[in-house]
Amino acid sequence: MQLTLEFGGGLELLCDSVKIHKVNVNPQDGEDKLNMKDLLAWVRTNLIKERPEMFMKGDSVRPGVLVLVNDCDWELSGQLDTTLEEKDVVVFISTLHGG
Amino acid sequence: MEANGGESSRILREIENLKSAKSEIERRISDLEAQLRDIDEKDETKTNSTRSCPPLSNGDSGFGHGLSPDMIYRYSRQLLLPSFGVQAQSSLLKASILVVGAGGLGSPALLYLAACGVGRLGIVDHDVVELNNLHRQIIHTEAYIGQSKVESAAAACHSINSTIQIVEHKEALRTSNALEILSKYDIVIDATDNAPSRYLISDCCVVLGKPLVSGAAIGLEGQLTVYNYNGGPCYRCLFPTPPPTTACQRCSDSGVLGIVPGIIGCHQALEAIKIASDVGEPLSRRMLLFDALTARIRIVKIRGRSSQCEVCGENATFTAKQFQEFDYEKFTQSPLSMTPLKLDLLPTEARISSKEYKERVVRGEPHALVDVRPAHHFKISSLPNSMNVPLSSLEARLPEISSALKREEEHASLYVVCRRGNDSQRAVDYLHKMGFTSAKDIIGGLESWAHDVDPNFPTY
Repeated sequence: MQLTLEFGGGLELLCDSVKIHKVNVNPQDGEDKLNMKDLLAWVRTNLIKERPEMFMKGDSVRPGVLVLVNDCDWELSGQLDTTLEEKDVVVFISTLHGG
Repeated sequence: MEANGGESSRILREIENLKSAKSEIERRISDLEAQLRDIDEKDETKTNSTRSCPPLSNGDSGFGHGLSPDMIYRYSRQLLLPSFGVQAQSSLLKASILVVGAGGLGSPALLYLAACGVGRLGIVDHDVVELNNLHRQIIHTEAYIGQSKVESAAAACHSINSTIQIVEHKEALRTSNALEILSKYDIVIDATDNAPSRYLISDCCVVLGKPLVSGAAIGLEGQLTVYNYNGGPCYRCLFPTPPPTTACQRCSDSGVLGIVPGIIGCHQALEAIKIASDVGEPLSRRMLLFDALTARIRIVKIRGRSSQCEVCGENATFTAKQFQEFDYEKFTQSPLSMTPLKLDLLPTEARISSKEYKERVVRGEPHALVDVRPAHHFKISSLPNSMNVPLSSLEARLPEISSALKREEEHASLYVVCRRGNDSQRAVDYLHKMGFTSAKDIIGGLESWAHDVDPNFPTY
């Protein structure tokens, strides 16, 4: 399925400084749905070029990273269990502290 | 030429003298005005303890809203707004707002809050104004370099609006003073620049029940939201665990386009004005994400208050006493103040001072000098005959270092330099492991070179 992935707040530095990625990700063999847990594993393998620990911790994102599915906090849609659909936009943003 | 040079330095000296006399006079004026305000306030509370209009009101015009003729004229463009009007202005004049941090975010926030007529405006900062602040901290001027940011910001606010009360808190916000300072205000604006301060301020706002307008900016991006407002989340609901310290970038390391915190700071002032005057929909349970490069603003929906939150959740019992005892620096593993990190990785014999390096250059010692800063830093300024091999590509470019050493005589030395002397130690540590056993780092980096050897060498 086609998804748009966006990285911000410095996370884009982990994937060759490219902020927006139009990607095609399919559910794993034997599954009919793709959820956020699958997507994170896919991102880690296919998009993150350096320092994966700056993006993930365990099978989720590291502390300080907000995940938004279609402009909505993934806490509201079930976090790792959020089911993705065709043309969804997923944003990964690192919280900023500067001023 | 000589005579002209003497003449211009005499004029420059005179300008300096006049400037310092001017700022001294301004400081005295503002002290006296503050004294006068205190006296007026005491008189007012004596004569009429229930009086609710702001301290410097020059007399109610008798229309039931508490605005004097001067205030009506000054704020007329806001009074003319049907969705704002006299009622919102009147609330604003009675409100008190605290801005923590008079830097890139705080500068425009303070200017607008002073201008729009917030009754009492508090400013917290412990820092002094530096030349490299001025591109973004637009409340400060060259004349205030070396002076307190709070004094500088207060003077600027006062010169825009002398009818509001401005309170100076010239100290760093800590667990020992935060409750006392924040309790005196209705709304808090977090315009700080580091993770521990953000947790500290949010927790304190939860303990005191104050809404918090939180903004952040770095590089070309900004973020903004309102915490602890009307049942919405606090900072810890969103970020229960602090990020790793390596994920906390600072303006002094990563850079920031001056206007970016300016835009976020303006939004912070706007949210505070909306809350203070009870107008519109404050940005609670939503977050604004700003990307300056692509000119995109995204407003996203964020979680509400977390029932599991350790500070504001259902079973949370985070008290004022616990707050005062909480170690925010330990929690986030980063310091509240901006002191740059000073690593001490290497044995003394693997390090030399910038002065000693200079002496070796003068003696003509054969050597190679590797500068491990990122390439865009190297372009700003660099030492003569240094080669740029950024730390991130050191591993791949070891052969270049070997050939540079071979071009020198046999037994040529290898020196490594960076901006402040931390990355150079990491590089030397790695080079030792890779067989470059003679590698030494220049202690304190280019900053020490500028400080101890060549005062004309540009620092940043």
